Amino acid sequence: MAERWPAVRRGERAGGALVAYRALLGAQARAQTTYRTSFVVDLVGNVGATVFDVLAVVVLYGVTRELGGFTLRETLVVVGLNATAFALADLFFGNVERLPVYVRSGLFDAVLLRPLGALPQLLLMDLPLRKASRTVVGVAVLVAAVTSAGIDWTPGRVVLVVLAPLAGTVFFGSIFVATATLTFYWTESGELANSVTYGGRDFSSYPVTIFEGWFRAAFAYGLGFAFVSYHPALALLGRADPLGLPAWVGWVSPGVALVAAGAAALLWRAGVRHYRSTGS
Amino acid sequence: MDSVTATAAPSARPNVILLIRTFAAIVGSGFRRYSTYRQATVAGVVTNTVFGILRCYVLLAVAGEAGTAAGYDRAQLVTFVWAGQGLLAVVLLWRWTELADRIRTGEIVADLLRPVHPVTSYLAADLGRAGYAGLARMVPPLLVGPLLFEVHLPARWSTVAFFGCSVVLAVVVSFGCRYLVNATAYWLGDARGPLLLWTLCSAVLAGLAFPLRFLPEWLYVPLWLLTPFPSLLQAPLDVLVERDPPAIQAGLVGVQLCWAVLLLAGCRWVQRRAERRLVVHGG
Repeated sequence: MAERWPAVRRGERAGGALVAYRALLGAQARAQTTYRTSFVVDLVGNVGATVFDVLAVVVLYGVTRELGGFTLRETLVVVGLNATAFALADLFFGNVERLPVYVRSGLFDAVLLRPLGALPQLLLMDLPLRKASRTVVGVAVLVAAVTSAGIDWTPGRVVLVVLAPLAGTVFFGSIFVATATLTFYWTESGELANSVTYGGRDFSSYPVTIFEGWFRAAFAYGLGFAFVSYHPALALLGRADPLGLPAWVGWVSPGVALVAAGAAALLWRAGVRHYRSTGS
Repeated sequence: MDSVTATAAPSARPNVILLIRTFAAIVGSGFRRYSTYRQATVAGVVTNTVFGILRCYVLLAVAGEAGTAAGYDRAQLVTFVWAGQGLLAVVLLWRWTELADRIRTGEIVADLLRPVHPVTSYLAADLGRAGYAGLARMVPPLLVGPLLFEVHLPARWSTVAFFGCSVVLAVVVSFGCRYLVNATAYWLGDARGPLLLWTLCSAVLAGLAFPLRFLPEWLYVPLWLLTPFPSLLQAPLDVLVERDPPAIQAGLVGVQLCWAVLLLAGCRWVQRRAERRLVVHGG
């Protein structure tokens, strides 16, 4: 990029980029709140989506007392961690799902020509502020769950209850970006990315003990979804893992998130290099 | 009524054979249109499979050691999940915004000039779409499910007939709901709010997230009779897994039939009302 914009010196470029990103974000916020009724409807609708996800779990416990050896209160900790992490990731990274639209319409060419990073532009170009309401619900569920689950609070667990959802956010964000890169190779991949992002979200709403065989192995440890909510929840609740992993596994989610972020960054770079314009 | 729109009363005795031929032609074109999206079909089948496995494990965990939940045994729950994944694409609850988009852009005017009532022509196109989905999206989950889990196969021949009727009626009920939700764009300009509400309600109340019989009886019985949502997925799935004796299966299909008739009549009425006040934004 430096050779394309030789007049701009390094320091100025970093500052200039920040200003540009802030301008993009500001324009988005103003544009989205212009149609106030639509914006409010969207905010409320997004609350509904998360509330229903939580209610669905509660309904299942109306039929059974235990799921995979976990009570409702324990499962709600898993649900709360998961909902908070996913809502935050969806807010900041979910927009990358629109990549197929940009690629198909040729808009991605314009994105690449601008002197800013392609990924930050994509994320900020249509930042769905309406999804902010989901985060509020997610946090509320998490707070209600951890206060009613009878957790024996230690300083470590206080740190974990804050750190785990943030690590989960980075993890889900990486999944969003990584699955979106598929578009560079197969424009019409459609819902395929959903099976990992939303499949993963649903997977980590439940204790992994309810799943079995290769499916559990693939989603929980192959892709790493067990570290989003299940293992941190075990550490918070002070429960031993029925599957036999040691207790410290509950604390590795930030590390897993960083590995995922690194992998997603590599995949994204490879994808952008592979990108051929649709030429329209 | 001196209206020149497609919904104006026909002047002479309608030629029934011609009407049926037109309807069949539109059904065929709907089928062909959707059969061109082959790559999306493959992607959709993979997604259905992943969610099928996921939901199976969740519901089997609910059945737990006892092996039953709300009157379903394990095999019935498995069939419920896999047939549900297939039916989802046939019934098509979400992502149909064609009518709302056409109203917003003004392209709807082309539909109103055609000699076929818009509700009829959109219904025919949707039945064609559902026909293709019935082959391309319904069959794969029904083949994959039994490979991974033990499924319940219908024990009575009547079930197969009931299921066939139930699926067709579910498509019509779904179409009626989607048409009405989309038609709010005639008044609102943009149907995003109603569409969002519809997506939320149909996701939970149609029986996709969990079988509605997991709810207490005082809740699901009124829900079933007073809202169209259970007629979308829950009814055909309950018929297929033989949750109830034949008499109740017939009753479930009957409820669907009432909703289908009611919704189609509603669509025609709304369309009529809308045309009286429609101003096409031009340009």
